[in-house]
Amino acid sequence: MTDPNKNDQGATRSVVIERDIPHPPEKIWRALTEGSLLKQWLMENDFQPVVSHQFKFRAAPVPNWSGIIDCEVLVVEPNKKLSYTWGTMGSETVVLWTLTAKGAGTLLRMEQSGFRPDQEAAFKGATYGWQKFIGALERVVAGLQ
Amino acid sequence: MGTRPGGTRPGRGWASSCLLRGQHSAHLAGTDPPSQRGVRGQAIHRDDQLLTDHAGVSQPAVSKHLGVLKQAGLVRCKHRGRETHYSVRPRGLAPLMDWIIFYSSFWHERIDRLEALLERMDP
Repeated sequence: MTDPNKNDQGATRSVVIERDIPHPPEKIWRALTEGSLLKQWLMENDFQPVVSHQFKFRAAPVPNWSGIIDCEVLVVEPNKKLSYTWGTMGSETVVLWTLTAKGAGTLLRMEQSGFRPDQEAAFKGATYGWQKFIGALERVVAGLQ
Repeated sequence: MGTRPGGTRPGRGWASSCLLRGQHSAHLAGTDPPSQRGVRGQAIHRDDQLLTDHAGVSQPAVSKHLGVLKQAGLVRCKHRGRETHYSVRPRGLAPLMDWIIFYSSFWHERIDRLEALLERMDP
């Protein structure tokens, strides 16, 4: 009834990615939570691993998208769990990282949840990644004819 | 979609090589070692480099994008020997430009970068 992942229109959708990574949780935790490391694989940021800290991820702006993702830290359980909101283009979802030690490595799970059907209109201007990729693909295939 | 069994690298086991056909035509190199590709492989490699340069992403990332595009019905594919031939389905684009598809591809690519960073970090 109060499940935040449900609404009157039915269940929201999630993106879930799981990977076995041959590094211990402590090392992965550093890459997830130290701003300078986080920047190297995700985006420019002013992240701090402090609950309620508000921060931004910044990508290069493109037409129809500022490149800014507004976030707030929700959960910090060192080496185990990290969660923050992810708001951009009128859509707010939640990203949850879960680290589970597995042998000498880690099972890393990323779940981005809270996609609602009525938010999909907001996607119109946010297809930058696909525009870039598909645009590049079109240019390349055109050149190869 | 979006979930892959732990330990399975999405770039592996995908098409050994990909060919977009129809009005468009392009090669993507596969994961075969160069020694197994021969002369044809060299041609594929050049085109792959071109596509990779233009797309601004790595070849495995391109393969993964194509995997997502296929799942989304944006391309159809036909297997011929070790190659997979892709046809673009432009009509499939509009309704499928949604967040799920975008972020599924986005996170796979970013987590690849995370893994590369972990390799570079001190223990």
